[in-house]
Amino acid sequence: MASLKELKGRIASVKSTQKITKAKQMVASAKLRKAQAAAEAARPYSERLERVMASLASKISISDSSPKLLAGTGKDQVHLLIVTSSDRGLCGAFNSNIVKAAKLKARELEAAGKTVLFYLVGRKGRGMIIRDYPKQIVRYFDTTALKNQGFAEAQAISAELIAMYEKGEFDVAHLFYSKFRSALLQEPIGRQIIPVAIPAGSAVASEAAVEYEPDEEEILAELLPRNVTTQIFGALLENAASEQGASMTAMDNATRNAGDLINRLTIEYNRSRQAAITTELVEIISGAEAL
Amino acid sequence: MALHFELVTPEKLVRSEAVHMVVVPGAEGEFGVLEGHAPLMSTVRDGLVSIYKSEGAQPETIAIEGGFAEVNEKGLTILAERVSG
Repeated sequence: MASLKELKGRIASVKSTQKITKAKQMVASAKLRKAQAAAEAARPYSERLERVMASLASKISISDSSPKLLAGTGKDQVHLLIVTSSDRGLCGAFNSNIVKAAKLKARELEAAGKTVLFYLVGRKGRGMIIRDYPKQIVRYFDTTALKNQGFAEAQAISAELIAMYEKGEFDVAHLFYSKFRSALLQEPIGRQIIPVAIPAGSAVASEAAVEYEPDEEEILAELLPRNVTTQIFGALLENAASEQGASMTAMDNATRNAGDLINRLTIEYNRSRQAAITTELVEIISGAEAL
Repeated sequence: MALHFELVTPEKLVRSEAVHMVVVPGAEGEFGVLEGHAPLMSTVRDGLVSIYKSEGAQPETIAIEGGFAEVNEKGLTILAERVSG
């Protein structure tokens, strides 16, 4: 059995851990509200853009001259996986869930004989991917210096992606992030963003003749890069909200566990204290009797 | 009758209101949109959107950057990347 002093030390250390987890939980729940509001505020834009894209794409027949972002490079060899993760830890399995989804896809693609490359956003996912795919990381987008990931970052990422795409460095891009369902539930998902996957049959058949200014193709050519940016921006926001949600739940659990541990240790401490007192008394009494 | 006007950026829904007329800086020239305008899609250059709350009123201007305007039977929607003022 541990000595009284040891037990006392352990209780103190668990208590200070509990203080940290509790503080982190409160910070996360405060930030969650903001992140969630930001994610929700971004939805109207992406919804409208998607609708416009779908209706435009349904009017244009894909030919050799149509933009590469829509039609693809004609190959399906090099796949780029964009993996977004958080910069900070203490958020449970949030990052490893995203990385797990990405690795699953990577293995599946490699089994099919494709080349897989990684484009990483965020610090925490990096180590996990470097371990398995040290040579396949083409770029790491550092977000550690930023407090809030905003539209400017999404623009920078998408500009870089499109430049790489035009140079023919990859053929298909998949984006991995965590979709925010609720504070308790975040779902890692991966979706193809380049070439643009147009949901078939979603276009609303508009009976009215729409005027285009300039013409359909030019509008589409301008909208396609914007669509990539919007999707990345949406992913960053969803990720931010998910991170705080995951962090809140994980820290809530940790605080509760620490509380249980403190209770157990306190009982053990009191028991051994009592045992020590009893032994001492027995010694004194038997000493007195012996006289 | 009024025109339903929405101005949306990636960060938020900036405006969603009923107005009299909106003048949009289209890529091929400015155009005014009134209620009942024919369906139209246009790219927008960086410039000022003028919003006329009612007929003959002093216009309110919003500077937008990088965008796209759509007019349909429901009204006018401008998707802009950035809004200032």
